[in-house]
Amino acid sequence: MLRVFWCILLRDLTLAMRRRTDVLTTLFFFVIVVSLFPLGVGTERKILQMLGPGVVWVAALLASMLALERLFAADYEDGTLEQMVLTAQPLSLLVLAKITAHWLLTGLPLVLIAPLVGMQYHLTSDAILVMMMALLIGTPVLSLIGAIGAALTLGLRGGGILLSLLILPLYIPVLVYGAGAVEVSSVDLADIRPYLTLLGAFLLVAVLFAPLASSAALKISLE
Amino acid sequence: MALNWFRFAAPASFYPIAGRLVPVFWVLTAVLLLVGLYWGFFETPDRLGGSNPQKEYYRIIFIHVPAAWMSMWLYVVMVGWAAIGLVFNTRLSFMMANAVAPTGAIFTFLALWTGSFWGRPSWGTYWDWDPRLTTELILFFMYIGYIALHSAIDDTRRADRAAALLAIVGLVMVPLIFWSINCPDPSQCAALHQRSNLTQIEGNILFAMLMVALAFWMYSFATTLMRLRSIILTREAENTWVRDLVSKGGRP
Amino acid sequence: MSGFLSQGGYAFFVWGAYGMTLLLLVAEILQLRAQRRTILARLGRLIRMRDSGAKQ
Repeated sequence: MLRVFWCILLRDLTLAMRRRTDVLTTLFFFVIVVSLFPLGVGTERKILQMLGPGVVWVAALLASMLALERLFAADYEDGTLEQMVLTAQPLSLLVLAKITAHWLLTGLPLVLIAPLVGMQYHLTSDAILVMMMALLIGTPVLSLIGAIGAALTLGLRGGGILLSLLILPLYIPVLVYGAGAVEVSSVDLADIRPYLTLLGAFLLVAVLFAPLASSAALKISLE
Repeated sequence: MALNWFRFAAPASFYPIAGRLVPVFWVLTAVLLLVGLYWGFFETPDRLGGSNPQKEYYRIIFIHVPAAWMSMWLYVVMVGWAAIGLVFNTRLSFMMANAVAPTGAIFTFLALWTGSFWGRPSWGTYWDWDPRLTTELILFFMYIGYIALHSAIDDTRRADRAAALLAIVGLVMVPLIFWSINCPDPSQCAALHQRSNLTQIEGNILFAMLMVALAFWMYSFATTLMRLRSIILTREAENTWVRDLVSKGGRP
Repeated sequence: MSGFLSQGGYAFFVWGAYGMTLLLLVAEILQLRAQRRTILARLGRLIRMRDSGAKQ
């Protein structure tokens, strides 16, 4: 079982490494969106500090959502996905491996670049640390929930726009607690525990159920 | 016991039944609506006291609360039919879910619209990021998402099943979303809406509100069945019974 | 009557809410009727086309 997981994971990572621009596009999209906000709302330090967490999270939401389209698309076009559905291995495990690879390629870079973005918004080093932790726990949830939408909209005309309509509302809980954690960290660092615990709970539940739902959606889309 | 419920699950046998039920529901809608609105406007006090005194504008409650109830109930009904469709693989259940969705979306929009018209005189603002308002807005997006996904897929079978799955995922998420907006700080929850309690509402107001809620239910049955008949006709266009029916002039 | 219409000066809010409700519900009914008529007409045309095709 675990070998299948590794096999798919390594395959997806290798494939992505051969087309590195895709990964970089997501990352730069994130950076550009975040950099545009100060130009729109003004560069006053106080305002930026207040907006920072929310802006970073919304940008992360959008970036991870835009990358979702590619989660199954390539495998769908060349028929690999159909083969995966037909294998004896549980489809949800394969889907989980694909989601993990997807997160490593699109979610993890966002976490790593967060300090840079945090500095743009004059966040304190504590706040940046909290933001990185929240992103580290939160972005996998985004990939997991998003996979359901990506599977449902597989191969549709205008799938990207539709995907955003379906998935963005479902991201709200992660957004609320992800941004909330950074906000309370400015008051008292000890307050962030319930936020991170909740995000962790979301992650556990999503790991359990999202692969099942996405594999059901894939079967519907491929039949 | 010999009654076979799946007989009614055949679109061909349900179509005439629905046709006979629609007028009944229209009459019920009209009667209940008249009673409810008459009671609401003429048998209730003009002003209410309490912690947040209300003037005549509180009469929006007679459509606001029933519309908000309907928006939630219809979503549950829709998910119910979608789930039945996925489990038993019955075509009619999916059609039923499809027929419910637009009516649900309309009631969701009405709940938001009437709510903002009530909020302006009562709270002094048309919109506030109150948990219930926000969740209602999300619910509206869910309806739109369901309808959009269904209409984006050309293959009917795939559209039915994909939209059904989406609706079920949505039902799981809605309480979570409500809770997360209601308690942005995990240790405390706050809300602009007063904690509502049906037993604390004055009798006449409650009566009018319940009458309109029932009227909205009947209205939903009627429009859903009408839409269902159209869906059945479109999807079964190749069957002989539809052809016979159309050549006879379209009456049930 | 005018007292009823003015709703204690809150006519805009009360009738704004009720008006939109009425508008949308009536619009839905009209749309459903129109939809049904269109479908029946289209099916009728299809059947006539098929019948005339069969006779030739």
